[in-house]
Amino acid sequence: MSSIKPIRPALYSPSLLTAPPVDQTGVEERAARFTKRSIKGDSKMQGLLLTLSMIDLTTLEGKDTTGKVEQLCYKALHLHDAFEGLPTVAAICVYPSQVRTAKNALGGSAVKVASVATAFPAGQSSRSIKLSETRFAVEEGADEIDMVISRGAFLAGEYAFVFDEIAAIKEVCGQARLKVILETGELGSLDEVRKASQLAIAAGADFIKTSTGKIQPAATLPVTLVMLETIRDHYYKTGNRVGMKPAGGISTSKLALHYLVMLNETLGPDWMHPHWFRFGASSLANNVLMQIAKEKEGCYQAPHYFSVD
Amino acid sequence: MKKANDRIAVLKTYKLYIGGQFPRTESGRYYAALDAKGNKIANLCLASRKDCREAIGAARTALGNWSMRAAYNRGQILYRIAEMLESRKDQFIAELCAQGMSRSAARKETVGAIDRLIHYAGWCDKYQALFSTVNPVASNHYNFSVCEPMGVVVLFAPESPLLGLVSVLAPCIAGGNTAIVIAHQFKALCAISLAEVLNSSDVPVGVVNILTGNQAELMPWLAEHKDVNAIVQSQKDPSLLSDLRKKATGNLKRVIHWPVIDWHDTAVQSPYRITDLQEIKTTWHPIQQIAGSGSSY
Repeated sequence: MSSIKPIRPALYSPSLLTAPPVDQTGVEERAARFTKRSIKGDSKMQGLLLTLSMIDLTTLEGKDTTGKVEQLCYKALHLHDAFEGLPTVAAICVYPSQVRTAKNALGGSAVKVASVATAFPAGQSSRSIKLSETRFAVEEGADEIDMVISRGAFLAGEYAFVFDEIAAIKEVCGQARLKVILETGELGSLDEVRKASQLAIAAGADFIKTSTGKIQPAATLPVTLVMLETIRDHYYKTGNRVGMKPAGGISTSKLALHYLVMLNETLGPDWMHPHWFRFGASSLANNVLMQIAKEKEGCYQAPHYFSVD
Repeated sequence: MKKANDRIAVLKTYKLYIGGQFPRTESGRYYAALDAKGNKIANLCLASRKDCREAIGAARTALGNWSMRAAYNRGQILYRIAEMLESRKDQFIAELCAQGMSRSAARKETVGAIDRLIHYAGWCDKYQALFSTVNPVASNHYNFSVCEPMGVVVLFAPESPLLGLVSVLAPCIAGGNTAIVIAHQFKALCAISLAEVLNSSDVPVGVVNILTGNQAELMPWLAEHKDVNAIVQSQKDPSLLSDLRKKATGNLKRVIHWPVIDWHDTAVQSPYRITDLQEIKTTWHPIQQIAGSGSSY
């Protein structure tokens, strides 16, 4: 998939953030309607397989070891060998110190390595440390960088600071695709989510991502809908595509299918591809596998028939 | 002026009991509960396979905590259920009468259920001591066998609406298992009222889940579900049993048959009902000298 290089304004301008206020009630009702679609049989199976291929299999723990990361990489490549024709996940998401391990473990496979950076998850550090951490992750071999925005600065209204920060990280990323984590659970309202999404996209984000997974609430359908609509408006305006990654709290296949329905009905089939949409999740994969097994075997499954992590 | 009996009737909505909540069935289906003369007395949820799946998930989540609890504490909680049932006796008697039982039979049924709970409450911290063993073996090993709960157990409740239900439920949870009760389709009112009692008796969320519906319809889904460890069938009808046994082979579920004619018979209450739902774990522990004194373990 080739993407047109986005034409970015070199500098922040307040006009980047103009948008009508978000109708919260309307968004919540619209999001709730996506959960009423009936997805059965073959469509369900296709949806489940697509979900698997869109997962960023994630481990972001202080206790992560090389062994744990290697095990996760093995899982990324062998989701459930008992079934033929399963896709691999889209990427493995780890801390910068584990990027090399993951890269080696995945070998020449198509599975990408994403690394969080910029003083994840709080983002409370200096610009130079954030840049050098990003540089480190890229040098270690990360294909994708998941950065966090400075929520404190954003909420204080220092939009130019946040814009410049994202733009500076984007520059360091080079060929690596940049996902910008807004941490919507800390932004307070859907208006702020909309504003942060526009800011991130204008500053050069390849993906916008809801959450770190360390803060509650994490990804929700209404928040994701606001972000998808921002992406849509940007696309109508510029013709450039941006990806979306809801992360945190999506642990059941049913919920994942709701997200895909929302994606399809908001951005259309062009976005129904791991290049443009990801799920940040750790336990979702097993839940989807259990559903696939249920569809194949006709009986409900138990978690202990699938890999532990 | 209106007379007292001119009040608009307030009818109770009987719902399911899953994971400490009282949801309606996800399927939206329902059926009528009838009295002895065939008059409708309430609507009941006709549970679906997805309700079963939710209930099994709740029971699996609850299992770790419930099975690891001190046996004494499980006893206290069973006793608490009996206490709560005692204080709401009249409600159950009225409900049983509405379903066609005579007042004296209803009273006997309710009191019997309370006493049965007390019986099993007492067994909670005693059966392990009786049924666990230290085994003589021919090698230098300390060999012992202990009871462990089977896990998530599905109970097909018998026709006896309260006593029968309690008689299958109490030994199941006394032994540290978690339960999904499928109430008898036509005697289900008390099952849901019992859920209200359980909900206010310190029974942790998900330890007991109660569904109303068609046992025959739900049986294949439950029997084939890979996250169920055992199924208790207490119907007298043996035709239900063979099909159940066949379907349960997928994950080697235990199928236990308790065909009881008279639930008032005290022979029904026995610690062997608890051990029917226990696995025996045997451990071989090498004996070694740990001190000069000759003491060892």
